[in-house]
Amino acid sequence: MMMDFLNAFILLANFVLVPALAYGAQLALGALGITLVYGILRFANFAHGDTMAFGTMVVILLTWAFQAGGIGFGPLPTALLALPIGVVFTALFVLATDRLVYKHYREIKAPPIRMVMASVGVMFVMNGIVRFIIGPNDQNFMDGERFIVKAGAFRRATGLDEGLAVKSSQLLTLVVAVVLVAALFWFLNRTRTGKSMRAYSDNEDLALLSGISPQKVVMVTWIIVAGLATIAGTLYGLDKSFKPFTYFQLLLPMFAAAIVGGVGHPVGAILGGFVVAFSEVTVTYAYKKFLTYLAPDGLAPDGLMQMLSTDYKFAVSFIILVVVLLVRPTGLLRGKVI
Amino acid sequence: MSQTSRAIAGFALMAVLLALVGIFQSWNVMLAIFNLSLISAVMALGVNIQWGYAGLFNVGIMGFAALGGVAAVLTSRAPVASAWEAGGLGILLSGAVVAAIAALGVTIYRRMGKGPLKTLVMIVLVVGGYFLVRTIYDPAVSAIESDNPAKSGFLGGLGLPIIVSWGMGGLFAAAAAWFIGKVALGLRSDYLAIATLGISEIIIAMIKNEDWLTRGVKNVTGLERPVPYELNLQNAAWFQDLANRYGFDVIEGSSIFVKLCYAGLFAAVLIVILVLCVLALASPWGRMVRAIRDNEISAAAMGKNVTSRHLQIFILGSAVVGIAGAMLTTLDGQFTPGSYQPLRFTFLVWVMVIVGGSGNNLGSVLGAFFIWFIWIEAEPVGNWLMATLTSWMDATSALRLHLIESAQYMRLFIMGLVMLLVMRFSPGGIMPEQTVRR
Repeated sequence: MMMDFLNAFILLANFVLVPALAYGAQLALGALGITLVYGILRFANFAHGDTMAFGTMVVILLTWAFQAGGIGFGPLPTALLALPIGVVFTALFVLATDRLVYKHYREIKAPPIRMVMASVGVMFVMNGIVRFIIGPNDQNFMDGERFIVKAGAFRRATGLDEGLAVKSSQLLTLVVAVVLVAALFWFLNRTRTGKSMRAYSDNEDLALLSGISPQKVVMVTWIIVAGLATIAGTLYGLDKSFKPFTYFQLLLPMFAAAIVGGVGHPVGAILGGFVVAFSEVTVTYAYKKFLTYLAPDGLAPDGLMQMLSTDYKFAVSFIILVVVLLVRPTGLLRGKVI
Repeated sequence: MSQTSRAIAGFALMAVLLALVGIFQSWNVMLAIFNLSLISAVMALGVNIQWGYAGLFNVGIMGFAALGGVAAVLTSRAPVASAWEAGGLGILLSGAVVAAIAALGVTIYRRMGKGPLKTLVMIVLVVGGYFLVRTIYDPAVSAIESDNPAKSGFLGGLGLPIIVSWGMGGLFAAAAAWFIGKVALGLRSDYLAIATLGISEIIIAMIKNEDWLTRGVKNVTGLERPVPYELNLQNAAWFQDLANRYGFDVIEGSSIFVKLCYAGLFAAVLIVILVLCVLALASPWGRMVRAIRDNEISAAAMGKNVTSRHLQIFILGSAVVGIAGAMLTTLDGQFTPGSYQPLRFTFLVWVMVIVGGSGNNLGSVLGAFFIWFIWIEAEPVGNWLMATLTSWMDATSALRLHLIESAQYMRLFIMGLVMLLVMRFSPGGIMPEQTVRR
């Protein structure tokens, strides 16, 4: 009986807990970027998914160059070495799009919907560039040690039937996400620039009256967003794989995460990311084996016991979004945008 | 340049371009482009109703067009008796249960006092209801899908003429628009964009996976036609006489004749909708709607219910897009859920509206013709350009092959650039909106 409980728990941990934690961290980083742009620049950035794709593409190309040149990072993925350079390139690209596209709409005080439309245009330009350079297909750029805990080794060590596998990319995602979020919060709360960004986000007019430079705020925001996007995209690509279309599809869960948590609140974005990720994974998981372990003999379920088929995993984010918009549009942490 | 002269110049240019295609490529190709332009023009009109009249940004156009396609299948296909026997009752029953639970939920939501008990009851109702419906729904679905899955495996439709489906497409799209409008209108404009992005993905996911309704990715081929079949024409005596008298090839002639019939039908629909739009805009309703758009706060202060007007317009625009979607599926003669890529077509229609003239009905139509023409002709031109540019490279080099293969993505890039440039430097488009001068 005890063995059954342990087996069931390990099964859940392996197929639900660990993947959801990793996916949640990736979504959280993406949603952070979206919520920063929403809060400070005051528009929904539809180009964020393709910004992630662009950043990841640069990292992949550099990784390939490093791998070809024989440079490695030991047990860690080579992509980590390429990451800082990737962030710099993406930041430059994003600053260029701001200068060329969004700045004009800020100056003429265009309604936010115009900036959203412009971001859709930017999304397609980025989309075209990424596909042109690297193509639309799957790219796998993971190297180094794949697994930290292997399923077989776990089974042998514990004597259970179910194994728990932890991929290095999953642990990496969590570690990097924690470090990045801590750094971001330190920046936003302790440094002058961070505080001026928060002030600008809360009340633009008062912030300008206090002498805060809007150009600096905007520039720093885009640089941080580029960093978050590149890192989130790279972690997602290491964990799953890189395919430009997938990054566009991530827009919906990321928007849902930002809105659920409360738009404009970084903590909300992180919370929202995990809410969306856990919902997606728990709702589309087939609980047949889990229930077979827990149920008394003979009462094992017949069907897959899946609440929604995996094809509908984006439907989960959508349902969450609809529920939030109906019940509490300001989100869990009462974001400012309504 | 005045509006009318711009319009005449624009359409004249379009006619010349199409004639050139007809002469240098073929009349079949030209008519294919023309037909799709007509359908895109209807979609552009629908988008223009939402954007031009109310400033609503709908990113989910493909989803509404897909609903039009579903309507084409569900209206024109004959009902499959065996499937209905196997699972039809189950499906109807689960639909009834869903409706009952929804009604119950709405009543409880309205009647109960606020508090944790209400939230708990709602959650229990929704979750419990979901599992209850699944116990009825799942067996019905597997029964239907296992009924001759290779040829059929779905419920079929109503067996009505396919032209009826054009109206049904409008109704389906209007229903989806009502739902999403109720959820997302009245909040900030960005939220509508995100919500329409979501509903489009959901609709496409549903039509791909609910095989019992639409055959999913197995596709529905051989849809009924409102025009004659080429083969029948080729064998008809009157057509052969016509060919002999005017000296054209029977086979090519039949193909052109069929396309001309489609063109006539589509043009008729386009003209009717265009006339209705122009009349509506010139009416008191149209003036009120534009007043709301131009100064929402004043309009609200005057007592106009802005949200319900927006909902009205959103539904109307989406219905028009649904009609276009049904027309598209009729032209294809088959329903392929896989062809509805969530953003590609949506984006093209937006470029059409922005370039043609947001807020201007005739402008949107003109924009549709131009952009579709550029999009289609860009492929051979782009391939030729890329091949010429890389001709100095070694013929088998990986880089050259990659560049030639990637030429198609430059279309996306160019279209994005066109949209951004027009939005920045000429926000009104080719034919800006006419403002009434007093």
